[in-house]
Amino acid sequence: MSISRRDVFKVAGAGTVAALTAAPACAREEERYEQANHIPPGALGLLYDATKCIGCKACVSACVNANGLTPDTSLDGLHQAPLALNASTKNIIKLCKATDKHPESFVKQQCMHCGDPACVAACPFHALEKNLVNGIVEWHEDKCIGCRYCEIACPFHIPKFEWTVFNAKIVKCELCDFRLAVNQEPACTYVCPTHAVIFGPREKLLETAHSRIAAAPNKYFENRVYGEKEAGGTQVVYLSAVPFEDLGLPTLSADSVPAKALSWQKKVYKWMAGPVLLYAAIATAMKRNWVEHEKEIAHEEEETGLKAQL
Amino acid sequence: MEHEHSGKVNQARGSIGAHLKNCGVGRRTFLEFCTGLMVAAPYGLALTDKATPAAVAKEVARAKRPSVVWLHFQDCTGCSETLLRTSKPDLADLILNVISLDYHETLMAASGHQAEAALDSAVKPGGFVLVVEGSLPTKAQGIYMKLAGKPALQVLQEVGSKAAAIIAIGSCASWGGVPSADPNPTGATGVDSIIKDKPIVNIPGCPPNPYTLLGVVLQFARYGSLPALDDEKRPKFAFDRVIHDHCPRRGHFDAGRFVTTFGDEGHRQGWCLYKMGCKGPDTHAGCSTRHFNEIPDVWPIGIGAPCIGCTEKHIAFRIPQFETIPIHHATPADTYPEVQTSQGSMGPLATGIVGAVAGAAGGVAWMARKKFQSSEEYAAPIIAAAEARNQAEHPATKQEKKPAGEA
Repeated sequence: MSISRRDVFKVAGAGTVAALTAAPACAREEERYEQANHIPPGALGLLYDATKCIGCKACVSACVNANGLTPDTSLDGLHQAPLALNASTKNIIKLCKATDKHPESFVKQQCMHCGDPACVAACPFHALEKNLVNGIVEWHEDKCIGCRYCEIACPFHIPKFEWTVFNAKIVKCELCDFRLAVNQEPACTYVCPTHAVIFGPREKLLETAHSRIAAAPNKYFENRVYGEKEAGGTQVVYLSAVPFEDLGLPTLSADSVPAKALSWQKKVYKWMAGPVLLYAAIATAMKRNWVEHEKEIAHEEEETGLKAQL
Repeated sequence: MEHEHSGKVNQARGSIGAHLKNCGVGRRTFLEFCTGLMVAAPYGLALTDKATPAAVAKEVARAKRPSVVWLHFQDCTGCSETLLRTSKPDLADLILNVISLDYHETLMAASGHQAEAALDSAVKPGGFVLVVEGSLPTKAQGIYMKLAGKPALQVLQEVGSKAAAIIAIGSCASWGGVPSADPNPTGATGVDSIIKDKPIVNIPGCPPNPYTLLGVVLQFARYGSLPALDDEKRPKFAFDRVIHDHCPRRGHFDAGRFVTTFGDEGHRQGWCLYKMGCKGPDTHAGCSTRHFNEIPDVWPIGIGAPCIGCTEKHIAFRIPQFETIPIHHATPADTYPEVQTSQGSMGPLATGIVGAVAGAAGGVAWMARKKFQSSEEYAAPIIAAAEARNQAEHPATKQEKKPAGEA
């Protein structure tokens, strides 16, 4: 089949249209990113104070009940005893054993609702989005393709994939937004008997956290609030007497994960230089191989007197 | 006793309060009874939904003494026995003063035609509550059980059709109970599968707590209403929670401390009986909070015997006694997963090793490629020689054969 002049124009025209529409789309994406991916003024969150937690796990049960999940009994078949966050556990209490340096401590794990979430940046179809008003990172079932990029991107290892079913969901804490809608606080804070985890606007939570630190200057680790600056700030913040690293909270810089990736991306894609160089290199290699191949064919035909089958 | 008593039916139209006064029953005794009733039915029963025992006493005193007719079918009389063992009020107070027990085959003195006459005089349309104890045989037109020459089914139809309400006491009357266990030779079944047009309350249990019965009867006498019922017609105030959720041994379950053999150390220590086949996690009943005979810890689990699930149609006499059942509403254990801090970071040594392995693999591939090329060179003269020989042998077929030979 030969390519006519007309076909060439068709393809070229389509390409131009695509390029023209892609440019504003990119701009829109960037605008949307600027608009959404920061902590909004009305950001809601949690403050978890590990020094107050007694490890009763009422929040673990309450979370499963409120969210209509099936309790994970894979450990002994009797108890809801998940070993880590998974498709039926959006919230978990873990134990950090005592060492020479620090006492025993519990830690609650759930979505941090980052100011600039890595999962949202990684999601190719906006199935994960940050709510513009309260900053909750929400998952939309209708847009998710199940690629699990979010699971890999998250620095806290929060989103979990439902491996056991055909039409799998991405499971993670959404701050009980269905309860918030009817003026109820999240299930975990509602049931907490010691108020170790409390719910409120992020500003207020930080205020509370700092006043607790001020009231007991040597009680908390480094006298700081985890999540105030980490990963560009998270809406769920922690207080602890134990080093945050030992509680499984990673040491992160104040730059958000997507911001770091974006700075590299901007360099690589500047004037499309990265892709152009890459494709140029590939094209050179292909050209070289092709020339060799042509030579081989010519040689073959010369030798056999037949059209080469290569 | 029965004749004398049935003669007093008109007198029994008076209220419980008036009757108690006439009989010289003290207020204190009555308040104790009302307190017992409140404990047995802490919520969900309009009668006991009052702030103080005195308020309940006021309501109960106003109630007319309900006329109760008690029929026995295929039973062991265990449900009657449990009623005999209430101590607040004691039996005499209960059947003579609080309720008007007008017919009860075990308790009445009369027999034969005298007893039949008593039943006839007690059964007045709409004027009595029928309590049924025992299951009904349905196979072979119900010939497996007869009363006064009539099959049990006929007796139930005759008396039940005139009752204001029917209370099926015990698992047998509720759905068949022990007599309905496989292979169920008599076709035993409960009251509600035979009588459809009357309000029926099931109080299953083997035996049930007598206060549940008293609560329902008195509520009906005072307000003419029955308490809220669940899907199996059991009063919610006594049957809406599972034993497991209020079990005194629950702490042992959560900590994973189980009895594994009867008489073992755990059994002596009062550990959880789940692994011995306790059906508590799936059995709706108030046993774990309302013990029997007003004595603390007098109930199966309290004395170290696993619950057999006697209030549940799908468990009792169906699932073997020592077989464990699945936990439907799993709750957290007393153990914790540990924080794993190693996740997500990679040391320089690991990076180096992975790099070295990758490099080695690349090197091997490169060398293999070289070797492959050299083997081609090595084979070239052999192939050429073979081709030359081929050509010499079959010069005419060169053009056709060549491609095939090459392939």
